[in-house]
Amino acid sequence: MAVRFDEVQVGTELPARSFPVTRATLVQYAGASGDFNPIHWNEKFAVEVGLPDVIAHGMFTMAEAARVVTDWVGDPAAVVEYGVRFTKPVIVPNDGVGAVIEVSGKVAALLDDNRVRVDLVATSEGQKVLGMARAVVRLG
Amino acid sequence: MPLDPSFTGRTYPPTAPYEVGREKIREFAAAIGDANPAYTDAEAAKSLGHPDVIAPPTFPFMLSFQAAAQVVNDPELGLDYSRVVHGDQKFVYSRPARAGDRLSVTISIDAIKSLAGNDVLTVRGEVHDASGEHVVTSIMTLVARAADEAGKE
Repeated sequence: MAVRFDEVQVGTELPARSFPVTRATLVQYAGASGDFNPIHWNEKFAVEVGLPDVIAHGMFTMAEAARVVTDWVGDPAAVVEYGVRFTKPVIVPNDGVGAVIEVSGKVAALLDDNRVRVDLVATSEGQKVLGMARAVVRLG
Repeated sequence: MPLDPSFTGRTYPPTAPYEVGREKIREFAAAIGDANPAYTDAEAAKSLGHPDVIAPPTFPFMLSFQAAAQVVNDPELGLDYSRVVHGDQKFVYSRPARAGDRLSVTISIDAIKSLAGNDVLTVRGEVHDASGEHVVTSIMTLVARAADEAGKE
């Protein structure tokens, strides 16, 4: 089941995923992570500080994007490096539907020691929400 | 007022150990909607070669962010946290955090730059287990936006 280094090449695509996010998701993430910044649950506060609406935690988006990699490799310990830039917020309206984070990834480079670099693209409402989203993964 | 670049290189004392609990990992995995059994099922984790359930890759941010409060609240540095946004985040892993770990974080300021009136602060957290082995390095970039009414301070 685990992905093997000799099975992949530059351009190999990882299965893409869509991750829904509602206000309830953000409240749950706030509780689990301890990040209670009101911009993630209080739209009055969010608007007062210049945001269009409540936004998702950047670390929540980063966690969702990682799942494309960890679901692909199976053992999350295969991830040896992971980095992102938070370019645009994921806006989460209070309409019972919320937002969707779309994540795709592909192998961008083969490295030494059976490692590969995976480049991820994460968007919401057509906007790139992460930049330079890259993971280095050690394959079998 | 821009941050004093001479704070670059400052290292803060290691934090008191944070004990990683199985149920905290389960709660975190549920919050990110991740059903990977390595996070919740010790047998599944053991079959992958781990001594106990492991934590998702972004779990250590909680520790490094808490530890970074030493920088954020350093009165000598004078960072206005109400203007701070998280710019970049990177992790470099030796291994995943796992249940039973007692993790301590040592925070350093790697860089202070001024870009277009914003202060850009690179804060590194080195996370070690109770035996002193490296677990993960968490590097976060904090961007303090320039005050709206410059010169009022």
